[in-house]
Amino acid sequence: MAAGKIDPMHQFTVEPLVPLHIGRYDISLTNSAAWMLATLAVIALFMWGGMRRQVVPGRWQMAVEGLTGFIDNLVHVNIGPEGKKFTPFVFSLFVFILVANLLGLLPLAVVPGWHAFTPTSHFSITGVLAILSFSLVLIVGFWRHGFHFFSLFLPEGTPIYMAPLIIPIEIISFLVRPFSLALRLFVAMMAGHILMEVFGSFIVNGLSSGSVLGIGVGFVSFAFIVGVGALELLICALQAYVFALLTSLYLNDAVNLH
Amino acid sequence: MDVASAKLIGAGLAAIGTGVAAIGVGFVFGQFLNSALRNPAAADGQQGRLFLGFALAELLGLMAFTVALLILFVF
Repeated sequence: MAAGKIDPMHQFTVEPLVPLHIGRYDISLTNSAAWMLATLAVIALFMWGGMRRQVVPGRWQMAVEGLTGFIDNLVHVNIGPEGKKFTPFVFSLFVFILVANLLGLLPLAVVPGWHAFTPTSHFSITGVLAILSFSLVLIVGFWRHGFHFFSLFLPEGTPIYMAPLIIPIEIISFLVRPFSLALRLFVAMMAGHILMEVFGSFIVNGLSSGSVLGIGVGFVSFAFIVGVGALELLICALQAYVFALLTSLYLNDAVNLH
Repeated sequence: MDVASAKLIGAGLAAIGTGVAAIGVGFVFGQFLNSALRNPAAADGQQGRLFLGFALAELLGLMAFTVALLILFVF
């Protein structure tokens, strides 16, 4: 990159790797799709290595059992015994988001022309994930409770004269859920990557400027970016956890109706 | 004032919201620690609520960030 101009948004461009058109539809294999496939491959390898069902588990099996046990516990605490059948869904969401986030942090840019891409830093991807979990809430809610599901909008014990105020608020807060789910993940990922890109450019521009001040700025930025890198690892895990947690809370609403 | 500079000032003003959300996130974790140290036995059971509160406080900061980005790159 030329010194001076910092372009933090360039890393989010979706480029076709294998161009493919059917009729008027562009279904090229993009770098986004390629990274999602890589995510799937990593997850499959991880799970395959740990599902040996040995009586005395090895390290790998312990890692997989720890992960599944973590989500199993999360679902059990938040939904109760009825939530057992949602564990695979919440687990898939959690592991996909976690691995996609972490793969996006790989320092692949040391190979010229390569750079890591984070599928979860795009609203189209996180939006689809959020719609998946929101529509599951709707399906489960109406399946189990029929039109009684609408009582979700009027918490039990509300004075009836408060209903005209409470119902619109509850409806809005219900309808905002998919947006808040998608927005949180997407913006958290994008903000972290912009921050790393900007401070990485500070290092490059500062060191290449040659002046004492520029080199000082470069070293300070380097120290900062090490800390930000550690924080990003934390954020990756935390956002995946928050997504799984909120999904199970919303499912709890649909299963148990308050 | 021309539109380009007003845009930059507006994006800067919108970014204040992320700092305010930082206060909220700090408040959530601070209050959690405050009460967790008083009753450590009950702390583990409340982690779900801790992260729920964190997520809700953080979302507002992220929305401020989104508004800043919208002002910068969309309009």
